[in-house]
Amino acid sequence: MWADGAGGRLGWLTVLVLVVDSSTPAVTAALVEVTADGVALRAYRCTIDARAHGELLAPQIEAVLTDVDARPGDLGAIVAGLGPGPFTGLRVGLVTAATMGQVLGIPTYGVCSLDGIAHPTTPTTTADASPGHAVSGKAEASSATAGPATAGDGTAGQATAGDGTAGQVGAGGATVGWSTAGERRVLVAADARRKEVYWAVYDGDGQRIVGPEVDAPAVAAARARELAVTVAAGDGAHRYADVLGLPLRAEPRYPDAVALVTLAAARIRAGAPGETLTPLYLRRPDAVAATSRKSVLP
Amino acid sequence: MADEPLILGIETSCDETGVGIVRGHTLLADALASSVDEHARFGGVVPEVASRAHLEAIVPTMDRALREAGVTIADIDAIAVTSGPGLAGALLVGVAAAKGYALAAEKPVYGVNHLAAHVAVDTLEHGPLPAPAIAMLVSGGHSSLLLVDDLARGVTPLGATIDDAAGEAFDKVARLLGLPFPGGPYIDREARSGDPASIAFPRGLTAAKDLAAHRYDFSFSGLKTAVARWVEGRRRSGEPVPVADVAASFQEAVCDVLTGKALAACRAHGVDTLVIGGGVAANSRLRSMAEQRAQRYGIRVRVPRPGLCTDNGAMVAALGSHLVAAGVRPSRLDLPADSALPLTTVSV
Ligand SMILES: [Zn+2]
Repeated sequence: MWADGAGGRLGWLTVLVLVVDSSTPAVTAALVEVTADGVALRAYRCTIDARAHGELLAPQIEAVLTDVDARPGDLGAIVAGLGPGPFTGLRVGLVTAATMGQVLGIPTYGVCSLDGIAHPTTPTTTADASPGHAVSGKAEASSATAGPATAGDGTAGQATAGDGTAGQVGAGGATVGWSTAGERRVLVAADARRKEVYWAVYDGDGQRIVGPEVDAPAVAAARARELAVTVAAGDGAHRYADVLGLPLRAEPRYPDAVALVTLAAARIRAGAPGETLTPLYLRRPDAVAATSRKSVLP
Repeated sequence: MADEPLILGIETSCDETGVGIVRGHTLLADALASSVDEHARFGGVVPEVASRAHLEAIVPTMDRALREAGVTIADIDAIAVTSGPGLAGALLVGVAAAKGYALAAEKPVYGVNHLAAHVAVDTLEHGPLPAPAIAMLVSGGHSSLLLVDDLARGVTPLGATIDDAAGEAFDKVARLLGLPFPGGPYIDREARSGDPASIAFPRGLTAAKDLAAHRYDFSFSGLKTAVARWVEGRRRSGEPVPVADVAASFQEAVCDVLTGKALAACRAHGVDTLVIGGGVAANSRLRSMAEQRAQRYGIRVRVPRPGLCTDNGAMVAALGSHLVAAGVRPSRLDLPADSALPLTTVSV
């Protein structure tokens, strides 16, 4: 859509983008504004609960729309994290994005969720200055300047984000990111359950060079050593820090909403055709028929 | 009729992705995508395979339904979706889809009970249900007898299978006989040329002592075992297995128990209408036997056409239409998928 820019100059392309990611325990919905030269967070909801993606996502989308006084018809595009991630939760985000895109007649773009952890951008959770920024009471309200953040419900007992890792990757300021990382290669890992991780390796510019794949943490660690990786990121990396033996980035632990949109921004600005959102499953279905169909219906 | 609400229904509880559209009791569209072929080689529904298929099918199936009905989503008054019971991962795709449609189109959403929807679908063919009625739902996942007073408020379970579902027994016996999955239609076809009285298979939970505790319950596990033993005995002695006779005798035993108990429930509750739904309701012997027996007692049997007996979106839309007409309030956007949703909950 074309809108009057802040300076009254016509011709500034401004697209209000809905971004959803449900590939990890962090159920995320955000509104991000894409302009000709920038990407700005408008509203954000994130709740950490590995078992309630289906319940949480739609109300969060409604909430971010309410936050900025927008209606669904104001959306110009939808960006969704394609995973990899545990299947059931992952599908919630993708089917939500696909159905909304269908009704609204707007393009949907998929981005590998691990890329949203690796991308050199300021983590969304530190972007407090953005207008309309909102974190629900249950949200992962971490901020690089606000001290250790507590993860939301459902993750009690896990390390608090930002705790004990400050200094390792310059997590002390709002500019935390890859700009200071130089050529450092990064392993991004998300929890794949079954004692495995979804992982990928990125170069210093945030370009994925290997992955995504799913393996035991020890396998990912060995590949990371071969690839001269020097730092790890993502909740899977935190969880298996002992096995990986790499310094950890504190944030983001989960796919970052602004990063996901930034990775799709060129397509959004170009008005590229949307794509069918195909999940990165990486695993075959367990090919065992339901032993009893008693839970299945007439 | 044009002022009756236009309701869209979404069904994904098992292996069928269904989107149906109704106006009042009038069926406008019933689009279906099935993953049944993908499950055939496993001899049963693989939940993850079903869930993946739902995600791929939902958008195109919705497109087809809207085209078939000649409406747009903006015309829809409410969206109903099966929120349970069923396969958890499969249900979740449909529930999330319904919320996506509801959110984007700014429409109310109703999470509804799959079993109640199997009852409601008959109204599309035979008009409003008299109250009370008895409903028998028989499929690969369930065998239930229900007392239906007011579909909008809840149904009263009278009995259910205590082991295998009726359709499950059909699948297992079909496998024994070397017939494909799902077994129901193949057994039905074989049985037509067989003698239903040739083998005396057991009728589960029909003895006097069982009826005391399980008057309206079903058991098909013993029957399945009896068929397996009989077939095994034949094979061991080197004799050919008379597939048609086994199929007919097995089918006769299942239908005998189902119709016997359903009609007993009608008479005990003074009910003159029996509705039969679920995939097994497509069985030709079940339909004819139910009608023959019901006639004796002046009971009317209502069975939707086979395409509406199996899982579909139209049945969900039909129930949604009933709920909207009854003034039931919509569900909240955080409505969960509930794989074990009880029968007493018609809408969430
Ligand atoms: Zn069913």
